[in-house]
Amino acid sequence: MKKLILIAIVCLCSSLAFAQNKPEMADIMRSNGKIYDVVAVCLTILIGLFIYVFIVDRKISKIEKNK
Amino acid sequence: MNKIWWKILSFILLVYTIVCGFLLEVPRLDILNETIRNLYFHVCMWFGMMILFIISFVYSIKYLRGFNYRNDIFARHFAEVGCLFGILGYLTGIIWVKVTWVTDQGQSLASVLKEPKLIGAAIALLIYGAYFVLRESFTDIDKRARVSAVYNIFAFAMLFPSIWIIPRLVGSLHPGAPGSDSGNPALNKNDMDATMRMVFYPAVIGWTLLGVWIATLKIRLSLISEKNIFEVKKMD
Repeated sequence: MKKLILIAIVCLCSSLAFAQNKPEMADIMRSNGKIYDVVAVCLTILIGLFIYVFIVDRKISKIEKNK
Repeated sequence: MNKIWWKILSFILLVYTIVCGFLLEVPRLDILNETIRNLYFHVCMWFGMMILFIISFVYSIKYLRGFNYRNDIFARHFAEVGCLFGILGYLTGIIWVKVTWVTDQGQSLASVLKEPKLIGAAIALLIYGAYFVLRESFTDIDKRARVSAVYNIFAFAMLFPSIWIIPRLVGSLHPGAPGSDSGNPALNKNDMDATMRMVFYPAVIGWTLLGVWIATLKIRLSLISEKNIFEVKKMD
């Protein structure tokens, strides 16, 4: 049993050490779901911009018809 | 120009870019880390700029072939939105440089300022800036259209040495320069995997279509405001 626990600890330590060698990424942000907030904010801005451009487009179309 | 399908396509592609661009897996690389996602935004600005300048160049040639004033208006506004994309690309590049070259690679400010890619892009944008100055300095419409169409062709020709050729000849910090492992100074293809390409190419199309949309809005506005010029020309 003791041997098993020892092996488990060694494995854990080595995997931790291995993880530190890898380039650091925003994994925590992804695992706790905060990345969805970022996506929501960016999407809101994008949709807002598109609605604005679309309204301008329609206004110009109206002027084109009236001339 | 008034068709709606490509405007909706642009919207869908950009929504896809943001959702998949932030949520999908990207290659784990040193220095770049999560900032590799900037590829979907920063690089797309330059691709969009290039495509818009090509459209502007084509309209300038079309103007010189038939002296149709409409083509001059088209060329002008496509160049304008192209410049806007270029400036946005430059600004986003500055932000990206700060975290990758300056902070993580420890480059000095001097080596960043000497960077041929940055100088080349600045020269290209300034040449296009001179295009608008030149345009506005003419009071005669025909002369303005003619001279600026010729100048636009020259500006487009200068774009290639300044942003494509010179950074290839000399060493550059920009990904893909001769110093690094691929010979393309625009982007390092080895850094991208299949998932990234799946988002990157639609992103390029989406941003370019948005640029074209904004340009057509401006073109339509100036066609309305300069309507009387066309009527006078018809009477001639």
